[in-house]
Amino acid sequence: MFDYNFHWRPVMKNLPDLLEAGLLTLQVAVLSMVIGIGIGLCLALIRMNRNGVLYWLATAWVELARNTPALFQLFFFGFGIGAFGVHLTPFAIVLAALSFNCAGYLAENFRGGFQAVPETQMRAARSLGMTQWQTYTRIIIPQVFRIVYHPITNQMVWAVLMSSLGMLVGFRELSGETQFFASRTFRIFEYFAVTAVIYYVIVKCILAASRLLAMRLFRY
Amino acid sequence: MIEIRGLEKYFGALQVLKGIDLDVRKGEVLSVIGASGSGKSTLLYCINGLEPIQKGSVFVDGTDVHAKGTDINKLRQKLGMVFQQWNSFPHMTALENVALAPRIVRGKSSGEAREIAVRQLKHVGLEDKLNVYPSALSGGQQQRLAIARALAMEPAYMLFDEATSALDPELVGEVLDTMRLLADEGMTMICVTHEMGFARDVSDRVAYFHRGVMEEIGPPSQIFCDPQSEHTRKFLANVR
Repeated sequence: MFDYNFHWRPVMKNLPDLLEAGLLTLQVAVLSMVIGIGIGLCLALIRMNRNGVLYWLATAWVELARNTPALFQLFFFGFGIGAFGVHLTPFAIVLAALSFNCAGYLAENFRGGFQAVPETQMRAARSLGMTQWQTYTRIIIPQVFRIVYHPITNQMVWAVLMSSLGMLVGFRELSGETQFFASRTFRIFEYFAVTAVIYYVIVKCILAASRLLAMRLFRY
Repeated sequence: MIEIRGLEKYFGALQVLKGIDLDVRKGEVLSVIGASGSGKSTLLYCINGLEPIQKGSVFVDGTDVHAKGTDINKLRQKLGMVFQQWNSFPHMTALENVALAPRIVRGKSSGEAREIAVRQLKHVGLEDKLNVYPSALSGGQQQRLAIARALAMEPAYMLFDEATSALDPELVGEVLDTMRLLADEGMTMICVTHEMGFARDVSDRVAYFHRGVMEEIGPPSQIFCDPQSEHTRKFLANVR
């Protein structure tokens, strides 16, 4: 019944290629997080202000990002906008979709973070003559980042794992590369097992790095 | 000099200040007493523009606080404020808490700002806590830190909003002592307070607020020994 013979050699031969693809995965995930944090912060601030067209745009963004499958979001950037003659490279498609998704989720995290900073902090800063901008950049946002630090770490992990969808739009990141080799050698189990281990190690490294960074950043 | 004329303030439909007229001279210590919800704290927020007003005016050294063209951030540098919930910035050390505003608001160099901060922390007796985060300070220490932070702007006036109300009883003394020190140094102060002893001993004048109205104002001897208003009498009978 169980007459499958494992052949690990081809996987091992391609290990450097897989690790390189893992680096690409990490790269697209980190980039999308940087973009997602920037946009997510803006979305949260816009939504707290509650005025006009911008509010509705930001709300639509957050709603779509959080309540539609990530795969659809990817296909939208991959094939959807192709209908309007916009063609992105696979890297750009995945980066755009991940950034879109992360920004939406992070916006809600940030919103909660802003609500958790006592309003009196704002008053104290303003009473010292700080402008609204100075108050946000020096007093409020640094505290928000501490509150949302672990949710951001989670989102980072999620971005790494979600980037695997990239193989469906022809992106040769870790999963795409694995799929490519697996289908050439038919050693499907072996390739995906090794890749799973690589994902696991990447995520563990991110969590460890995050913990170290937190110790440096948050001494209070 | 702080001049308040016909000040009216609403929160929605609720009127919390019903036409306040009040002058505070340079060097004066004014205590404001009254029950919770009488509008005392709101008065302070209207003086430094943290709350908009609906009617009347507030002038600080001749500048209309609520006028459109007023540079409110510049004006607030004259008006140090200390809050009930001390509001130290939790992500900064004591030194950074105090040095931040001199640096980014007054444009001091980081060296100068540090010097100012060290001087003011010494002033309030926290010279051994320079590099400590607020979470490691007691409530009384955090409140003194808040006083040092306000003083670092070298304000002409200090507004105290129930500075000791949120403190454990045994920590009230050290904060009151710091406030006394400032009064002795000639700082102009408006202290919203429930500390009747402080109001009696330190103030030049005491104002009693009742439901958004300044019922009575006068020297402590008058307010505490010979109150003219029935409300004042009742209030003082209850707090004693």
